[in-house]
Amino acid sequence: MIRGSIGVRLTAGVMLTALLVIVVFAIFSIRSERQSLLREVERHASQISEHVKSDLGYDMLHNDVQRIHAGIRRIGEQDSIDRVRMFNKSGEIMYSSDPSDIGTMVDTRAESCYRCHSEGRPIEQLATSERTRIFRLDDDSPRMLGIINPIYNEPSCATAACHAHPESQTVLGVLDITMPLTDVDRNIRNSQLAIIVFAVSAIVLLGLVVSLLVRWWVDQPVQKLVTATRQVAGGNLGHTVEVDRKDELGILAASFNNMTEKLAEARLQLFQSDKLASLGRLAAGVAHEINNPLTAVLTYSSYLRKRSGNQPEMKKDLDVIVEETIRCREIVKSLLDFARQTVPKKRSANINEIIGRARNVVENQLAIGRVNLVLDLADDLPAVTVDANQIQQVFINLMVNAADAIGEGSGTIRVSSRSINLSPRGVLQIKQALCRKRHDLVDRKIQIDGKPAITMRFARGDQDGLIHLDPMYGSNDHRLGDFPGMIEGLDLQCPHCQVSLLAEDEPCPRCGAPTYAFEVPLKGMVHGCLNEGCGWSRWDEVDSAWNDEFVEVRVEDDGCGIPRSQIPKLFEPFATTKGQKGTGLGLAVSWGIIDNHNGTIRVESEVDVGTTFIVRLPVGG
Amino acid sequence: MTTQRDILVIEDERSVSRAVEMVCEDEGMSVVAVDSAGAALEVLDRFRFRLALCDIMMQGLDGFQFLEALNRRGLDLPVVMMTGYSTMENAVRSLAMGAIDYIPKPFTADELLTVIRRSLRSGMLLDKAEAAGLERDHTLSFVPCPSTYYRLGCVSWVKLEDEGTARIGVSDLFLKSVDGVRAFELSPVGEPLVQGTPCAYATSTDGSVHGIMCPMGGKILEVNEDALSDPLLVEKDPYFRGWLYRILPSNPDSNLRWLSS
Repeated sequence: MIRGSIGVRLTAGVMLTALLVIVVFAIFSIRSERQSLLREVERHASQISEHVKSDLGYDMLHNDVQRIHAGIRRIGEQDSIDRVRMFNKSGEIMYSSDPSDIGTMVDTRAESCYRCHSEGRPIEQLATSERTRIFRLDDDSPRMLGIINPIYNEPSCATAACHAHPESQTVLGVLDITMPLTDVDRNIRNSQLAIIVFAVSAIVLLGLVVSLLVRWWVDQPVQKLVTATRQVAGGNLGHTVEVDRKDELGILAASFNNMTEKLAEARLQLFQSDKLASLGRLAAGVAHEINNPLTAVLTYSSYLRKRSGNQPEMKKDLDVIVEETIRCREIVKSLLDFARQTVPKKRSANINEIIGRARNVVENQLAIGRVNLVLDLADDLPAVTVDANQIQQVFINLMVNAADAIGEGSGTIRVSSRSINLSPRGVLQIKQALCRKRHDLVDRKIQIDGKPAITMRFARGDQDGLIHLDPMYGSNDHRLGDFPGMIEGLDLQCPHCQVSLLAEDEPCPRCGAPTYAFEVPLKGMVHGCLNEGCGWSRWDEVDSAWNDEFVEVRVEDDGCGIPRSQIPKLFEPFATTKGQKGTGLGLAVSWGIIDNHNGTIRVESEVDVGTTFIVRLPVGG
Repeated sequence: MTTQRDILVIEDERSVSRAVEMVCEDEGMSVVAVDSAGAALEVLDRFRFRLALCDIMMQGLDGFQFLEALNRRGLDLPVVMMTGYSTMENAVRSLAMGAIDYIPKPFTADELLTVIRRSLRSGMLLDKAEAAGLERDHTLSFVPCPSTYYRLGCVSWVKLEDEGTARIGVSDLFLKSVDGVRAFELSPVGEPLVQGTPCAYATSTDGSVHGIMCPMGGKILEVNEDALSDPLLVEKDPYFRGWLYRILPSNPDSNLRWLSS
């Protein structure tokens, strides 16, 4: 674990709390243990004291001084008793287990007398706990428990034959027993030790368990995420975090993977458009450079051809030069057209016919490679509005690619067409979005998945910034920018005039959050939910009138397949997998053509199983 | 004292100018070739030319600067622009700046000769028109564009209509320079047109094909079937009944920048 890491802090926090709880618990339990042991000793002392008093009662009534002395000495000899003394009311020690004490005076301010005499005058009744005291004779001696037991003047005492005590006297004297606390103190020490050992081992065990759990559940997955973020920050967008849990960290890892995927897509799009732009510049330069030598070749050869009227052999050769040079001219022109992404010349066409024409073009090449071309075309396809030449070029491209993937061996290419229905969501791109003052919110500088984003300004208090919404209808939830998490009190505005885009009194029917709205010229209002993650949106005009019909063409082969790692680069210019064979432009051009037709092209592939390209074109352009 | 020559070739690529020279000389035209616009301006002091063929992208003065220099000097030399970097902007700009025609490289000898012959004829017609219309020969006079029309060079015209649509046609000068159209080839309704690219083709009686450059981009709403079935109609009445397309302009304001009225 790293110093200051979340795992260390969590472990330290738990340990500190546990330490506090266990220490407090230990202190209280040691204290109560000690108190209960002492109370037991007190009770025991009090009992002994009562026994002694009643044992000596008879001798006292008969004033048998010798027997009393003997009894006290005998009691004092017991191990558990340190000293037994009896003194009269005036404090003179009458009897003692230590004969040297007899006849001396007890200091009434001393320990044993203090309870009764502290108030200045003796009191007569005392509770047991008040009659005991714990003290040390000197610093080295064990602790002692002293208990005093007042001897009250009973009628029998006053009427005894000796007549030693007048009737008016209440307290005749005090029995004072002192017991050593050696055993009790040892017990207390033992139980203290036990509690401390328990506390320390509990803390150590808890610490171990917590740090292990934190390591398993928090530290390792967090560490994985940290490694992943470093990888991504270092530019490795292909790095994914293993998602093997369903808890919050598992969700975090999954969203992290999702984020890097989106990031990789965005970067790819950016890269693609950047590459296309530089390709455009390159093509323009190449065209200019190549066109001059081509002009000389074409002019000379066509001039010579004109003059070779009486030499048919030569004319035939010159024909070839002229035709091939004209072909070069067309190639350069198409390179320039590609760089400029020319507007397709669309007209209504039958996609099956286009496929058929493409088949005628590639058929010779396929026969050589022993490739079986199977057409599986739906009869009742609606007509599509397309540039037939461009679409044909796409199909030729895909079929030639399929044949190349099959290679030297034999294989099958299956081209199928069918009509499908698609929801406008995720398919229809919002290309213009107006605020109430007719400013366009579509920002060509910011692109999401290669499409210009819808840009809005957000403001709350003095905080403001820009967010960019995915222009694909139904994907507006996919956003870029520093959108603040809290949506309360947030205003969305036109970035040009700052007029609010929020729809008053129209909360989101799904989550209740505020909604925004903007106008698509001639196509009505688009509504969306402010709450990121809700994803609700509405576009009445489109939802009701959307022509959801598409024609889908699949070109499948059972060739070598494309490794997963190459699929993201497939539609980039110059990303050829064919070595010297291809120009690396085919799929990039195809992608551009299908995109110009508002269609989509994607690929599914498995190595050694085959590849399928799926082209979808909207019916009605 | 200036001497008359037929063609001035301004081209910095020697192989190209040699080829052009050869093709022209074979047709009996006298050619002077120079490798820069600066040299061309010097040559113009000594010779008179019926036509200049000028490259656009050159070291020093480029083709457009050469056109400006001609205008400043008040020389009415017809110029055909050639370029290997053929964009519609280069094409439109050439015509807007006074070039009589435009030919993208590379070209065949026939394509080059078609443009040269057409341009020579146009130049001649313009010369005659300047000579105060004294000449009564019908074949050598042309009707200029009506004043409310916009024209792209001397090739095509566009007339904006009140409904926001526009009508496109070919100029009388162009038709006269082609010398007899046998047939027109037009694009169908719905097709988009781009300014500066050929929007129609005229096949002349000698079999050569002439592209007519589109004066304004947009979508074709209507095609003049009468012009298709009767090419003579266009020649007789090129500005009214002989129109070619009715279009919905896609970007009229930016297109108008290149047109003259």
